[in-house]
Amino acid sequence: MSTTTATRSHLRSPRRVGWWLGAAVLAFVAFVWIYPFLWMASASLKTSGEVFSGGLDLIPEMVQWENYSRAWGDGNFKVYLLNTVIVTVATVVIVVIRCALAGYVLGRYKFPGSRVIIGILVATLFVPTGYTIIPIVKLSLELGILDDHSGMILALAGGANVASILIYAGYFRGLPAELEEAAIVDGAGFFRTFMRIMLPLSMPVTATVAILTFLFTWNAFFLPLVFSFSNPALRTVSVGMQAFVGENSTDWPGMAAAGVISMLPIVVLYAFMQRYFVEGIAGAVKS
Amino acid sequence: MASPSLIADAATGKSAAPVRGRSRRADQRPGQRARERRRNLWIYAFLLPTFVLYGMYTLYPMVASYWYSLVEWNGFTADQEFVGVANYEKVFADPQFWNSVKVTLIFMLIVAPLRVFGAFALAILLNSPKLPFTGFFRTVYFIPVVTTTAIVGVVMRFIFDPASGPIAGVLDLFGAGPVDLLGSSDTALMTAGVVYVWKFFGITLIYWLAALQTIPRDLYEAARIDGAGPLGVFRYITLPMLIPFLLIISVLTIEDCFHAFDLMQTMTAGGPFYSTEIVEIYIYRFAFAASIPQLGHASAAAVLFGLLVLVVVLMQAWATVASRRWGNRS
Repeated sequence: MSTTTATRSHLRSPRRVGWWLGAAVLAFVAFVWIYPFLWMASASLKTSGEVFSGGLDLIPEMVQWENYSRAWGDGNFKVYLLNTVIVTVATVVIVVIRCALAGYVLGRYKFPGSRVIIGILVATLFVPTGYTIIPIVKLSLELGILDDHSGMILALAGGANVASILIYAGYFRGLPAELEEAAIVDGAGFFRTFMRIMLPLSMPVTATVAILTFLFTWNAFFLPLVFSFSNPALRTVSVGMQAFVGENSTDWPGMAAAGVISMLPIVVLYAFMQRYFVEGIAGAVKS
Repeated sequence: MASPSLIADAATGKSAAPVRGRSRRADQRPGQRARERRRNLWIYAFLLPTFVLYGMYTLYPMVASYWYSLVEWNGFTADQEFVGVANYEKVFADPQFWNSVKVTLIFMLIVAPLRVFGAFALAILLNSPKLPFTGFFRTVYFIPVVTTTAIVGVVMRFIFDPASGPIAGVLDLFGAGPVDLLGSSDTALMTAGVVYVWKFFGITLIYWLAALQTIPRDLYEAARIDGAGPLGVFRYITLPMLIPFLLIISVLTIEDCFHAFDLMQTMTAGGPFYSTEIVEIYIYRFAFAASIPQLGHASAAAVLFGLLVLVVVLMQAWATVASRRWGNRS
C-alpha cells in the first residue's frame, strides 16, 4: 500500500480533479433527481397563486401552514394516514410471524414435500396483482371481510410474500447445527428451540423483512384501491390521494401537503434504516 | 388448472438448488422414528399459516381465474353462466387488448435497458473508492424507490402540467413552446417510461452494487500489479465477473416492469386514447372501472397476462441455469 501511494503521489492531483468534477456532475444530477420532491415540499407551503404562476423557485414568499390543516382535515388525510398505519403495522406483524415460521422449517429441515413447497413458492415469486385480483375480491366478499380493515390486511399479508420466506430460509440455513444439538441436550423441544434460540438470532433478518414489508404495504395501491371502492372510510393514503385530487383538482398546495403527509413517514424510516432497505433488495441478487 | 403445476415443473430445476447438497444429520436408529414423526408435526404446524394464507390469496386465485374466465359474469354478486371459451374469443378479437399487450411490451423495451445499463454505469462510478460522497449519492439516488408510487404518479401530473408545472418552466427557459408530454398520445408512453425509470432506478442500482461487492479486491490488485490500467481492469476483471449477474439483473428488472399499474393508473390512467394502457389497466377497466363489470372478459385477459409473465419466469429459470453453467465452466 505505502509503496504504491509513494509512486503515485505526483500523478494524484490531476486525477483527483477529475473525480471531484465527476462528483460535481453527480451532485447536480442528484439535485434534479430529487427535485420533484423538493417541488412538492415547496408547493405545500405556497399559495395557490404562487404555484400556478409556475417557475422553478422553491422558496415560498410566506409559509402557508394552512395547506396542511386543509389536507389533514377537509382532505381526510388524518383518516387515510390512520388507516395506512393500521393496515401496515398489522400486515408487517402477520408477515414476520408467518414468514419466520415457514422460513425456519423450510431452511433448516428436510421433510416430505419440502422441495415441492419451495418449488411452488419460487414459481409464484412474481405473480402480478392484476392476475389474482378478481378472485381475491370475490373470496373476500364471500368471507364478508371486503369492507373491513381485516380483509385488506389479510389480502396484503397473504399473497406475494414469497421473498420474505426465502430470506428467512436462507438465513436459518446458514446457522450452525450445533445450536440445535445444544438445545436438545438442554431438553428444549422444537418450539422452544425456535422461540428461545433461533428467533432471537434472526433479528437482523427480521428487521430487513419488517422494513421491506412496511415499504411495500405503505405504498400498496391496487389492493387498497379495490378494497375501498364501496367503503371510502377504508382508504389508505395512496388511494386517498386520488380521491383528493379528484375532488379538489385546483388545490395544488393542498395536494402537495397531502403528498408530504403521506410520504414523510416512509422517507424518515428510510433515512434511519437505510441499511436494511438496501440489504433486503440486494438479497435478490446475492441468492 | 394447468398453470400452477406447469409453473412448478418449470421452477423445480432452479428451486431445488438451494436445498440440494445439504444432507441433514439423518439418524436412522429405530428409536428416533417417533421423535421424527413428532418433529414433522411441528414442521407442518409451522407451515400452517403460510399454507392457509398463501393458498387463499395466491394459489386459489391463480386457479380460480381459469374458472372465472370461462363464465359470463357481470358483478361480484350476480349469477355466473358457463360460456366456454367465448370470453377468450372476445378478448382475442378485441384490438384494445392487443393494444395493451403492445403497450406493455414497448414499455418494457423502453425501460428495462435504461434501468439495467444506466444503473450499471452509475454503479461502476459509485463503486470507485476515489469518488467522494459515494454514500450520499447512493442515498439520494435510491430515495424515489421508497416513496409511494401512487402519490408520485399524481404529483407527476402536476410536474408535467403544460401550463404551470416545473417542466413547462424549464422548457420555457429554453424557449420551447408549451408541450403536454403526458397529455399527447405521441409522447405519453415515453414520458411515463422516463418517470418509471427514475422511480425504480435505485433498485437496479442496488442490484449492481451488490454484484460488484462480490468481486474480491485482490483480483483488482493482482491485475494492477500485472500492469493493467483502469480500462484493462474494467475489461478483463470487472466485466467478465459481472456477466452472470447481467442475466439475473435483467430478468429481475424485466419482471419488475410488469408492476407498473400504480404509476400508470395514477399518472395517465391508460390515456390519452389508450396510448399508455398496459394490460393491468385493461383488466382493471373491464373488472372494476366499467359501469357494468365484465368479470369473465377481464379474467380471460388476466389469465393471458399470467401466461405472458409465465413466459418471462421460464426465461428466468433458463437464464439462471445458463449463467450457473457459464460460471462453472470459466
